[in-house]
Amino acid sequence: MSKRIDIQKTYKLFIGGKFPRTESGRYIKWTDVKETTVVNICRGSRKDFRNAMVSARGAVSGWSSRTAYNRAQILYRIGEMLEGRKDQFMAELTLQGLSKKQAENEISQSIDRLIYYAGWADKFQQVFSRVNPVSLPYFNFTVPEATGVVAAIAPDDSSLLGLVSIIAPVIAGGNSIVILASESFPLCSITFAEVLHSSDVPDGVVNILTGYRNELIEHFSSHMDVNAIIYCGDNSDDKKLVETNAALNVKHVIHFPNQDWAKNLHQSPYHILKCQETKTTWHPIGV
Amino acid sequence: MNKAQTWEYSPAPESTDHIQLKDRYDLFINGEFVPGVEGRYFDTINPSNEEKIAEVAEAGKADIDKAVSSARKAYDKTWSKMLPKERGKYIFRIARLLQESAREFSVIESMDGGKPIRESRDVDIPLSSAHFFYYAGWADKLEYAFPGRTANPLGVAGQIIPWNFPLLMAAWKLAPALATGNTLVLKPAETTPLTAMKLAEVIQEADLPPGVVNIVNGAGETGKFLVNHGDIDKIAFTGSTEVGKYIMKSVAGSGKKYTLELGGKAANIIFEDAAIDQAVEGIVNAIFFNQGHVCCAGSRLYVQEGVAEEIISKLQKRMESLIVGDPLDKNTDIGAINSKMQLNKIKKYVKLGKDEGGTIYQSSCPLPEKGYWFAPTIFTDVSQSNRIVQEEIFGPVLAIQTFRTVDEVILKANNSPYGLSGGLWTDKGSKIFKVTQDIRAGVIWANTFNKFDPASPFGGYKESGVGSEGGIEGLSGYVNLV
Amino acid sequence: MFLDKLLYAKPIDQIGAQERVTRLFSRSIKKDSKVQALHLALSMIDLTTLEGKDSPGKVKQLCYKASHLHDSFPGLPNVAAICVYPTMVAIAKKALAGTGIKVASVATAFPSGMADMHAKLDEVKSVIDAGADEVDMVISRGKFLRGDYQYVSDEIAQVKDACGETHLKVILETGELVTLDNVRLASDIAMESGADFIKTSTGKVSPAATPPVVLTMLEAIRDFQTKTGKKIGMKPAGGIGQAKQAIQYLVMIKETLGHDWLSPDLFRFGASSLANDVLMQIVKQTTGQYQSKDYFSID
Repeated sequence: MSKRIDIQKTYKLFIGGKFPRTESGRYIKWTDVKETTVVNICRGSRKDFRNAMVSARGAVSGWSSRTAYNRAQILYRIGEMLEGRKDQFMAELTLQGLSKKQAENEISQSIDRLIYYAGWADKFQQVFSRVNPVSLPYFNFTVPEATGVVAAIAPDDSSLLGLVSIIAPVIAGGNSIVILASESFPLCSITFAEVLHSSDVPDGVVNILTGYRNELIEHFSSHMDVNAIIYCGDNSDDKKLVETNAALNVKHVIHFPNQDWAKNLHQSPYHILKCQETKTTWHPIGV
Repeated sequence: MNKAQTWEYSPAPESTDHIQLKDRYDLFINGEFVPGVEGRYFDTINPSNEEKIAEVAEAGKADIDKAVSSARKAYDKTWSKMLPKERGKYIFRIARLLQESAREFSVIESMDGGKPIRESRDVDIPLSSAHFFYYAGWADKLEYAFPGRTANPLGVAGQIIPWNFPLLMAAWKLAPALATGNTLVLKPAETTPLTAMKLAEVIQEADLPPGVVNIVNGAGETGKFLVNHGDIDKIAFTGSTEVGKYIMKSVAGSGKKYTLELGGKAANIIFEDAAIDQAVEGIVNAIFFNQGHVCCAGSRLYVQEGVAEEIISKLQKRMESLIVGDPLDKNTDIGAINSKMQLNKIKKYVKLGKDEGGTIYQSSCPLPEKGYWFAPTIFTDVSQSNRIVQEEIFGPVLAIQTFRTVDEVILKANNSPYGLSGGLWTDKGSKIFKVTQDIRAGVIWANTFNKFDPASPFGGYKESGVGSEGGIEGLSGYVNLV
Repeated sequence: MFLDKLLYAKPIDQIGAQERVTRLFSRSIKKDSKVQALHLALSMIDLTTLEGKDSPGKVKQLCYKASHLHDSFPGLPNVAAICVYPTMVAIAKKALAGTGIKVASVATAFPSGMADMHAKLDEVKSVIDAGADEVDMVISRGKFLRGDYQYVSDEIAQVKDACGETHLKVILETGELVTLDNVRLASDIAMESGADFIKTSTGKVSPAATPPVVLTMLEAIRDFQTKTGKKIGMKPAGGIGQAKQAIQYLVMIKETLGHDWLSPDLFRFGASSLANDVLMQIVKQTTGQYQSKDYFSID
């Protein structure tokens, strides 16, 4: 009896709710440490980024005008879907070098972190809004508002948990995101895109690219329609580049140094607040 | 050309063949259904046809003791030791399971309590699961809810709820209590125990550790045993002001904490610059929705004199298109009155209103033969001194007065021992902020009425109660802030 | 007549209006009441063709469909009217002779209304000479939106004058008016100025007829009747392709205006694909089977 041949997985990009190949046609050969497995990852281009930005901008107005309860339910569902796909991530995380125990922990924490932010989606407004006692007869109130489209460079050293830790608070706050996955450990990012795809997340709210940082960081940080840029890493040249380019259209700059994403202090409503604007309104009180 | 036709709606019955109801429900204690120690049962009937649906075990003093000690054990050994985020996950499960069996819950709620299926399907059940979903998320986030304070659970809560929104009231009680780390004993109202029993089954499905939630049935006696039990740390009660006062007296000196959500006689104010047709619809929502069995009902209408005739005339026409009938018909607007006792109370007040000299108008809708029914009713030519303007009727009966100036209506709106809710209708923004500032009530609706959300606090001033449910404020009744 | 916005303008709360719509649309219309509604809806349709590429051939085929909706099924009513461009009126009139189906024509530089008054009135006269039973005019939205309500009132009055006994529908183009406050004000102006019917849209602008807009207009009609005793008709046009939508609007009429308006004399649907969907529903109610478009003629 002959052996059954497996159908090998193709790793594509995730843009606008679809899985296109990179328009550049280029690829990166990724191998595990033992060099037993070889996978071709898309080498994303600036045009892919441009297309992702168009999708993200198209999606954000609808996403931010949904009820907070709806966003909370969708984030919860992403957690549900990830829970159901544990085995696939186990395989990819161990292939990328984690032990079985480490992989289990990373997946559990990723799920729990999604549930954590699902629980914040309809509450952070209460914690961060105010009615301000101005000294004039006006009703004065301050509310947070989604900043819009966030571009992000994901942590390089964490294939899944780092990615989730960046995406979840951004979308819980009503923003859309274009994120460049870890260059060293890219496998989970596209599988996570499949999880998003089955979770009622509207097309374009999350867009995931793979590719080389040094090719893409310039475009992520200089695009004039990006409202906030998140950079994860410790390379001071990269950090300076991001900060310099942000000045072009006064983007918000958010920096996360390399860290152990497993620690609880790396989930917080303040991460949501980082991608929020503050709107204050006045209205007279009187008949 | 063609002559105009009359067109009436055919019956549109909700299907009931998919629901699962037992003939008998026991007490839900320590994760299992067990008979009462004294083996007593009482019937629960369908108020739209007076037929028995099921029988339910009655909890005596010994059963209350069992339930409380089960809650205490679960608190000490399991629930207080669990990581908050894991507690949250149980509550999320309950929310999702409710969503999955939503239609079954809606049908049973309408059968047991009399409210229209459209309401239980579109309002009660979705709000209930939303309430669990909202509070589930707070379980591991309490450090953000109270600046500068740590929020510790109280221990065991005794919770008593009314019959007007049976499942929703259970959700309002269970969700914040569980999210803050407490365990509890819940006593549903004696005329509407069934959705609480189905909720107990959902709780079993969610695999909630035994004893965290206990549900015991009975009437006033059972409630007293619970309130007076020595090992309860907190009482949460929604119901009449009279019973609320009894509870306060009973727990005096005991150190027990309590929150009370009591009666109301809300003022609904229509200014001449209101969007008139929407305001008329708002009046209907305020007093006729849920058969007027709503503590925050807009039962006192104040209309600015210049638009009174138009408003009242439109209201009367609108009342004529309200369909009173079988709660399980999808087109029913107004269902059955919850019980014979409540029906008699409403009739008594309406007779009083007529005797006091009020002018009555009732919709001409035909009422079914069997069951408990009351047609939507309004009174004009009444004033602040009329008893039907002062006292809570808890039925589809509206008392209407006119006013001339904003100062006058604010005084009259506040001229009541109650202070649960209020409403105002005007197109002018600054007037909204001024009037809402001056009305002494806990929930004020501007250009709407009877809107609820788990994120929005709900609670009364004065004799309408103490404490709030919903939002961050809803957490504070279940914690010790240190 | 000097039109002061203050005398007429009534605030409409958008959220409240939407909630009333949601409540009305939760009505469950089944069995006999559904069949009756479907028949009634059919009889209220103005079958419409208003395209630059319309030709005598197209119009004649549409007119045949109007009186032969689905001959294999007995007992169906005809539609109320055909609605065409002015140059097609005479052809439609001839094709519909003896059927009792009316010929409605658009006029006044439909759909934009951007022409001078003389040209618009000439067009109205030519349409009436060609034999139109009904005239559908458009208001000048630019004038309305800059507050020149007197102009809008005058233009309607002049067109009504030119119509004489011919029935006039006034198209408000509610999609361009945007707010319900504006829809209410335009409705009131139109009725005060001589409209026999008020109509939502030309069908060339999106959004066309939406439920809160229709509700607002029906409530305006109700108040106008209370004030003057006159019954004005209403026609939503554009975006109504499904039988379910039509039935929902019948519920809205019944519970807002009452049974008198459940007649083609006072209510029309401006639609092109609605008829076939209603027919499919009627057949399904009788046979119990969901239908396919293949069995219903497209003209």
